[in-house]
Amino acid sequence: MTMELQQSLEYAAPEARSHVRPFAAPDDVRSEPKFVRIGIIALATAFLSVFVVLPLVVVFAQALSKGVSAYFAALSDPEALSAIRLTLLVAAISVSLNLVFGVIAAWAIAKFEFSGKTALVTLIDLPFSVSPVISGLVFVLLFGAQGYWGPWLQSHNIHVLFALPGIALATSFVTFPFVARALIPLMQEQGTQEEEAAISLGASGLQTFFRVTLPNIKWGVLYGVLLCNARAMGEFGAVSVVSGHVRGETNTMPLLVEILYNEYQFVSSFAIASLLAMLALITLIAKTMLERHIDEEELPHDD
Amino acid sequence: MKRRRTLPGFGLSLGLTLTWLSIIVLIPLAALFLKTFELSPDQFWNILTSRRTLNALKISFGLAFAAALVNLVMGTVIVWALVRYRFPGRRLFDAIVDIPFALPTAVAGVALTSLFAEKGWLGAPLAAVGIKVAFTPVGIFVAMVFIGIPFVVRTVQPVLIDLDPEIEEAAASLGANRWHTVSKVILPSLIPALLTGLALAFARAVGEYGSVIFIAGNLPNVSEIAPLLIVIRLSEFRYADATAIAVVMLVASFLIIFVVNRLQRWAQTRVPAH
Repeated sequence: MTMELQQSLEYAAPEARSHVRPFAAPDDVRSEPKFVRIGIIALATAFLSVFVVLPLVVVFAQALSKGVSAYFAALSDPEALSAIRLTLLVAAISVSLNLVFGVIAAWAIAKFEFSGKTALVTLIDLPFSVSPVISGLVFVLLFGAQGYWGPWLQSHNIHVLFALPGIALATSFVTFPFVARALIPLMQEQGTQEEEAAISLGASGLQTFFRVTLPNIKWGVLYGVLLCNARAMGEFGAVSVVSGHVRGETNTMPLLVEILYNEYQFVSSFAIASLLAMLALITLIAKTMLERHIDEEELPHDD
Repeated sequence: MKRRRTLPGFGLSLGLTLTWLSIIVLIPLAALFLKTFELSPDQFWNILTSRRTLNALKISFGLAFAAALVNLVMGTVIVWALVRYRFPGRRLFDAIVDIPFALPTAVAGVALTSLFAEKGWLGAPLAAVGIKVAFTPVGIFVAMVFIGIPFVVRTVQPVLIDLDPEIEEAAASLGANRWHTVSKVILPSLIPALLTGLALAFARAVGEYGSVIFIAGNLPNVSEIAPLLIVIRLSEFRYADATAIAVVMLVASFLIIFVVNRLQRWAQTRVPAH
């Protein structure tokens, strides 16, 4: 059939060129026959609806399957509240650590030329390509009872693994690249002229950063923090390996989703999951809005 | 280059960056390799060639590749629809593509399981025609397809948007029909981006844990993925086994990063910079 179509179009081409071409919109040669267009659109939207929209709908349908009161009862359970608190705490720690690091790293990488820069950027990106389970495992190898520093920590009664520090470390590892990656291209695009002007007018380094650089990159910073936070709150694999699953103490929200699901407490499990799904949706909406601001930031200021 | 050094704070910011990078990323990853060197080559080999490990690696790598291929095909269809056509809800569907990135993996895992379980919205009709998805390797494949959706779309999208329309018009005016223009002119210039997306989706699916373990069934040798086997070995305090499997997977992801970097350099030499 395609062959036939191909031939008929080929035969039509010279004629079309001599007669129709001057009147045809230039877009016509850049588009497909109508039935192909409709087929591709239908396939794309059907695929996204089945594989992406439906799972999202299931989360809310299951969470509300026993009614609104059961939903809120599940969320106000002490175990749920403690998981929410821990998740917020871990996210606050790792986001602020990575925020400071990300800004400093972006300053070094975007504002100066030095050899080995590409390698440094690759190393910063590394946590993105490491399996979450391995991201947790490396901290077990360092801080676990059989790990390199485990015995020393034990003799000094310091708890890293199966406690808050371990969870925060694993989360920081997993979310390490977000802020730096959001800022590096933005700051490279902006160049160093404005900072150089400030310095030559007598501003100190910190004044230059806070008065000149930071206002220019504020949306980029927010963008990085947003994505970093979403991943920090939702991280499952790495945290699962280092948390020890102590009920009411070291369970984050994603871990509680798993535990409740395995106990067939589906309403409770999906209720927590629905909070995380809402976080994802809000993050996406905020991300779309921020992308518009960042496009404006990237424009040179001097024209 | 000299002019750039007029800004202050280079030594300090680079020093802090390297220190923090070492503490959070490099030292922990080095620990993994150090631990592997404690194993004798024989031990290492025996762990990797044990039936259960081999099967787990085969399942993770094999299904991840199959899922990445589906993502390559469907990603091309989706990106074509989003970039080239105007239809109601286009911007919404464009935003929806990012959901697998944003949705926590555990949430995706329980949602997909519930959807494809025998009594689920999709599982029930599929079971009626004799297809079982949840708790089989097919389930692993479905979860891997889900998490890989954004990669091909987001790597190809900017390239397709920036493609010079004159190339297509030239091809058409020289008598090429639409199919020839697409397959001989447009697709070849998308190849580096398509392969990058394929590699990224593959890398993500190989290491994926959260969205897979709920739907997988986790039967040793049948539906047990390599990351889960690492977790199981850890819970059995068999650190050597966990480490050996982890090192193989880590080296594989390093290779993929290398390939992706090469592909991106290739892409830059092929498509003129904008």
